[in-house]
Amino acid sequence: MKKAKVDYSAYLFIAPIFIGLVVFYVYAFLRNIFLSFNDVGVFGERTYVGLQNFRDLIQDPIFRRATVNTFFYAGVGVPLVVIISIGLAWLLNQKIKGLVFYRTAVFIPAITLPAAIGLLWRWLYNSQYGLINYLLGLIGVEPKAWLGDTELVRWSILIVLVWASVSYMVIILLAGLQRIPSMYVEAAQIDGANTRQVFFKITLPLLSPTIFFVTVISMIGMLQVFDFIFLMIRSESVAYQYAISLVTYFYESAFALNLRGYGAAISVVLLGIIFAITAIQFRLQKRWVHYD
Amino acid sequence: MTNLTLQAPRKVKLANRLKNSWIHVILIIVAIVLVGPFIWMFLTSIKTYEETITVPIVWFPEQIQWVNYEIVNDKFPFLRLYLNTILVVMATVVSQLAMSSLAAYAFARLRFPGKNILFLFMLSLLMVPGQIFLIPQYQIIVGLNLTDTLTALVLPNMFSVFGVFLLRQFFAAIPQELEDAARIDGCGNFRIYWQIMMPLVTPGLVAMGILTMIGAWKELLWPLIVNQSIDKMTLSAGLANLIGEHTTYHEQVMAGAVISVLPMIIVFAFFQRKFVESIAQTGIKG
Repeated sequence: MKKAKVDYSAYLFIAPIFIGLVVFYVYAFLRNIFLSFNDVGVFGERTYVGLQNFRDLIQDPIFRRATVNTFFYAGVGVPLVVIISIGLAWLLNQKIKGLVFYRTAVFIPAITLPAAIGLLWRWLYNSQYGLINYLLGLIGVEPKAWLGDTELVRWSILIVLVWASVSYMVIILLAGLQRIPSMYVEAAQIDGANTRQVFFKITLPLLSPTIFFVTVISMIGMLQVFDFIFLMIRSESVAYQYAISLVTYFYESAFALNLRGYGAAISVVLLGIIFAITAIQFRLQKRWVHYD
Repeated sequence: MTNLTLQAPRKVKLANRLKNSWIHVILIIVAIVLVGPFIWMFLTSIKTYEETITVPIVWFPEQIQWVNYEIVNDKFPFLRLYLNTILVVMATVVSQLAMSSLAAYAFARLRFPGKNILFLFMLSLLMVPGQIFLIPQYQIIVGLNLTDTLTALVLPNMFSVFGVFLLRQFFAAIPQELEDAARIDGCGNFRIYWQIMMPLVTPGLVAMGILTMIGAWKELLWPLIVNQSIDKMTLSAGLANLIGEHTTYHEQVMAGAVISVLPMIIVFAFFQRKFVESIAQTGIKG
């Protein structure tokens, strides 16, 4: 391959997006870090307070609960989403009748508006007339206040989160499965491997780069959970405090209460958490991800 | 190989069928869990209020109440919201495609000082969670006097780093000979980008367009932050208001939900393969 000559017109091609990124992202990033060291009042008056916002955060019981909840959603939600979607993708990759129907059914939540999902699940969870309490009643389970009970509410949100995120991940994993050359599986079958052995010894290792990718993006997504909590529970209700996530609290502080410095500090903490966890995941991937 | 098929074809077939029926059972349960709620949504939307609060549950209405759709449509500006959403989604998709493809072309095909550093710079932006930008972005919008406009919904979302990465792979895959031939014919960079390469990267553009579309369609936080009046909302954020307001009538709320879900499901049904391929693109390592 011959080397192309240096081409300064390249800068013209990059300029439009570069300028936009600098203004709306780089400047915004730096400004946000700066704001996190300031006390910003309702009318925009600003005083430098150093690390005070962060010290306040540590003392703030709601922030602590938001952090614990966020780790709960990510810690329980990500394994559930990853395992369920691997299983589903595998099932949808079998040669069976009615695949088109099943695939369509599985993919629909991926394109549904979060707000519609929120409305729908609030109705399903309705403690008096909801379908879920009715169905559970048929097998003798007492009706529950899914979105009102302070113990239960995190689980109720988690169920919707998993329900809504599986679709997208199944699509990605299914594509990963379809890229695995069938000769590997066939070779193993000829050697007498049964379905389970093929799945664990052949399919999973070959799929591991895609699994890793899906784990990373669902982790990042779960750590930023906002939509369903905001949409399904009124902020006045007691249960809200028990379901609140870091991004929900960020939104509340920065935009509902107009505490921009405090809000900025929350987003900086979130950035730190996401960076740390993603870095750990990349560190650990060497142990279980196989690239060929 | 022949050995295996000769041995016991019937046994293998039976085992296969047994295995397949298990798969069907599981998939049917999954389909019910995933689609059942949408069917319940629809069934609720065609009931009377009394039927929605009957215990035990009435599955089907005595008479289909299409009137719920009229009522919720009168209470809630769905047409306006859809129009806004289409405008915002289209503007976002077009501007992202334009700017990302320009940069992707440069990164894939041109040689220039600082290329790696610029690329690394973009890569690092890709990893930062979006909330970190929101407060200053909001302040910029306020400074430009653009709150409560559709422009505000599009502006910070015009620039997609992810798009640069996705499209770069497509530009890089184009054979060098094609470019060389065009250069001999006297084409400049822009003509090569626009007339030779853009048609060839169409699959990439479609994939990115669809992903951007899904993202812009679902976006909730940003519209809630910058816009207040319902006339300047997208459907996603506008619908969030429905949660606060008319919650007493379950059948109307569900009718509203159906209105906001159905068109996208129809679009999806037509372009399912393209949708799925596009989402699958995100998982391919470049």
